[in-house]
Amino acid sequence: MSSGLPLLTVDGLTTRFRMPQGAVTAVNDVSFELQPGRILGLVGESGSGKSVTALSLLNLVDKPGQVDARAIVFKGEPLHRASPSRWNALRGDRIALVSQDPMMSLNPVIRIGEQLVETIRIHRRLSAADARRIAIDALERVGIPAPVERMQAWPHELSGGMRQRVAIANALVNQPDLIIADEPTTALDVTIQAQILYEMKRLARDSGTALIWITHDLAVVKDLADELCVMYAGRIVERGPVAELIRAPRHPYTRGLLDSLPHGRSAGGRLTPIRGAAPPLSRLPAGCAFAPRCPRAAAACGEPPPLSSAGGREFRCVRPL
Amino acid sequence: MNPFLQIHQLGKSFGAPAGLLPTAWAALRRRQAAQPPRVHAVNGVSLDVQRGEIVGLVGESGCGKSTLGRLVAGLIEPSSGDVRIEGQPLLHGGPTSVHRQVQMVFQNPYASLNPRRRIVDTLTEAPVHHGIVPRAGARVHAAELLETVGLDASYLDRFPHQFSGGQRQRIAIARALAMQPQLLVCDEAVSALDVSVQAQILNLFLDLRESRGLTYLFISHNLSVVEYLADRVAIMYLGRVVELADTATLFAAPKHPYTQALIADAPRLDARATSYQPIQGELPSPLKPPTGCSFHPRCPVALPRCKTEAPALAEIAPGHLSACHLSASDVHQPAAIHVVAPPASLRSVA
Amino acid sequence: MPAALAIAVTPVPPAPSPTRLLLKRFLASPVGAVALGLLLLLALLAVAAPLIAPQNPYDLATVSVMNSDLVPGSRSEDGTLTFLLGSDAAGRDILSAILYGLRISIGVGIASALIALLVGTALGLVAAHFGGQVDAFLMRIVDLQLSFPTILVALTLLATLGQGVDKTLLALVIVQWAYYARNVRGSALVERRKEYVEAAIGQGLPALRVMFVHILPNCMAPLLVTATLQTAHAITLEATMSFLGIGLPPTEPSLGLLIANGFEYLLSNKYWVSIYPGIALVLLVGAINLVGDRLRAVLNPRDDQ
Repeated sequence: MSSGLPLLTVDGLTTRFRMPQGAVTAVNDVSFELQPGRILGLVGESGSGKSVTALSLLNLVDKPGQVDARAIVFKGEPLHRASPSRWNALRGDRIALVSQDPMMSLNPVIRIGEQLVETIRIHRRLSAADARRIAIDALERVGIPAPVERMQAWPHELSGGMRQRVAIANALVNQPDLIIADEPTTALDVTIQAQILYEMKRLARDSGTALIWITHDLAVVKDLADELCVMYAGRIVERGPVAELIRAPRHPYTRGLLDSLPHGRSAGGRLTPIRGAAPPLSRLPAGCAFAPRCPRAAAACGEPPPLSSAGGREFRCVRPL
Repeated sequence: MNPFLQIHQLGKSFGAPAGLLPTAWAALRRRQAAQPPRVHAVNGVSLDVQRGEIVGLVGESGCGKSTLGRLVAGLIEPSSGDVRIEGQPLLHGGPTSVHRQVQMVFQNPYASLNPRRRIVDTLTEAPVHHGIVPRAGARVHAAELLETVGLDASYLDRFPHQFSGGQRQRIAIARALAMQPQLLVCDEAVSALDVSVQAQILNLFLDLRESRGLTYLFISHNLSVVEYLADRVAIMYLGRVVELADTATLFAAPKHPYTQALIADAPRLDARATSYQPIQGELPSPLKPPTGCSFHPRCPVALPRCKTEAPALAEIAPGHLSACHLSASDVHQPAAIHVVAPPASLRSVA
Repeated sequence: MPAALAIAVTPVPPAPSPTRLLLKRFLASPVGAVALGLLLLLALLAVAAPLIAPQNPYDLATVSVMNSDLVPGSRSEDGTLTFLLGSDAAGRDILSAILYGLRISIGVGIASALIALLVGTALGLVAAHFGGQVDAFLMRIVDLQLSFPTILVALTLLATLGQGVDKTLLALVIVQWAYYARNVRGSALVERRKEYVEAAIGQGLPALRVMFVHILPNCMAPLLVTATLQTAHAITLEATMSFLGIGLPPTEPSLGLLIANGFEYLLSNKYWVSIYPGIALVLLVGAINLVGDRLRAVLNPRDDQ
């Protein structure tokens, strides 16, 4: 566990959406810390609030959403009260985002070289030629062959894997302190995904960039992340070092997730899925949101479980494993 | 005994013929009009499936697995080769129509149900139309179907938008079962579902095999799921089957370099973290497939021969087929792949 | 059922059909509600015209030239009738003329829109289903049709065919069908790619059934919007034709003809002959446009997800 000032401290992040049928709390009291150069995995299924967390951290949540936090501190600077212009200065420069669908994050009518150069020149005073050189270097670092020629390419001329690499290059180009990646490899083929995972890890280590990797796939994040946060119904239900968490989870939901993943042959047996289905965020039960599906639920679970800490691990459960 | 499903040298290619003007112009110049490139989505695939078997079909984008699934389900006409069920070619129409024998479960639960129809209509329309169920008893039949897939009968009068992805997929499975098929083609049927829901659906597939004696062609890119579910696995690359073996053998000792790469590249919870370099290069475009063995540009152990000669799918051990010139020998094990860093010249030039 | 399967026990309450949901959302906007109400009111007035109009302006027995050019609010010569909106040069009550004119305008507008919708939808579905040469051929005709200005086409047609309700209807249909065809073809192509259509085909359902029972209902959204806006367009176009003196004969005067009749009197202070029919037309077309606009707003975010 590295010491020193954390790069990012998130305390009590809560994002609410005011809908006609009532308020929906997509992110509920999320807190975590990220040290410089470390990789944090944010794992959850659909409706767990992980993507909204990413958008909230970047102040990209529009009305009717509202982001509140006790504190969001980035490199010592309190962000939860930052002005829109301060956010514009930070995004793309110190904090970057890589989304799931590269066709959405790359403008289809602008050549990729131009998009990279634009990202550079918005944040730094550099000549076009210097910016071009940096862009070509970024393309090379993410493993795009013939980068000089590629600068002239249109996004649709590239395959899905290439486009995602360009999106990652776009994120890296100003050497940010933090990259938030929201399911960047989910839509990619297995072999391409493996390449990108390998290179992201290498790039993060080489340049000291911290990474928040959002995914629903535990297996993907296992080899990549140092620490893992598991989200359910908008809350972080468990947090801890990745190997330990997977080997010995404390929260029944994490256990349930791990148990429902197939490994090896069925040989006539069955998987043990988690009973029921995740509740819609507009109709969360009182108390622990997982209680209706939890094999260990008891009367005490009718109250919202407090955050417990034990041996470098955090979990929200009154009857942990 | 005859295999239940026989696929023999099946091929499907797509591509528009040359336009009217170019053909006329070429004819004027006494030449053949240049034909636009054709995509050979499925290229000479042969496969047998026994009754009650689950055969997994694995591959990445452009390998042709979805097209193969649709060919088997009778949704597309083959360009060459044939598909036979119980020895008979696929028929359209009549009591032995392919639609009564094979049904498909699709990937996207949000697009596979008609949003403007109630569940009961979706489940009863086809059986009533084909006379499988009389109109009078159709509703009861639909309620039974819902129960079979683990849903409450009260859902009959609801609309799809009221259900979650997992529930919609169950309804889609019920719809497929309504035609009383013997073979289910599942095209990435669990890929769009959350992990916990995926487990429920996988259990359902296994239960249905036991209770209804169903046979499955299970198309997926997810190796863990295929390993769990399938009895045999076929690996596809650019329209061809490159390896076929029973599951245990394929995952323990894969022989084709592509299979080895897939297995090594797939993230697994139980595998130890390795620091090997994943296979390089991009999937080639089906419009311009490489010469010889289509995998040779990315293959870490390619020989000069691989560039000119396409290997045939040959039996290298009983029940284990592989399409690789090197398969005969035992040279490559997954560990070898981990150590060898592919030379820069093998990087894709896409 | 096996215990491991029994998951979905949460009761799902019955929900209104997509159509009822649509209506509910439509009425949530005050503008939409008012526009719809106004439109229904006008339609009601038009239908009930023979019953509620003070005078039948086309029954020569009731019209007397002694009552001509009366200011709004005047009484008739024999005191039996109040000309609430004045009278024209022949002694016809403007209010009654407007009510009857509404009948013609709405009738012709809706009839032409409906026929164009049927023709256009059928052709659009055929183009989408068969694709290839059929699609190319039909869409070229659509493109050709749409590249001509509608007024020009209508003018030419009516000048050639002469006056008459049926000829006006024909001209309006010819001018409109292409919008529907293109609209439906686009939606049908999108829907056709979706898995539920593949599933329907995979269940051996015949092509016609798939087209009309599965694809068409899911193309209704943009079609509805086009239909309302096109109806407004048809009414305006018909009014323009009547104003120019072609199209409907003087025995079936629409609002356009009324406006034309009174046009020459505008400058001589007898404004009521032209202005009131004009206001009626504006209200009608405006209401239809607002309804169409609100429909489009309501239908857009309505998606499965």
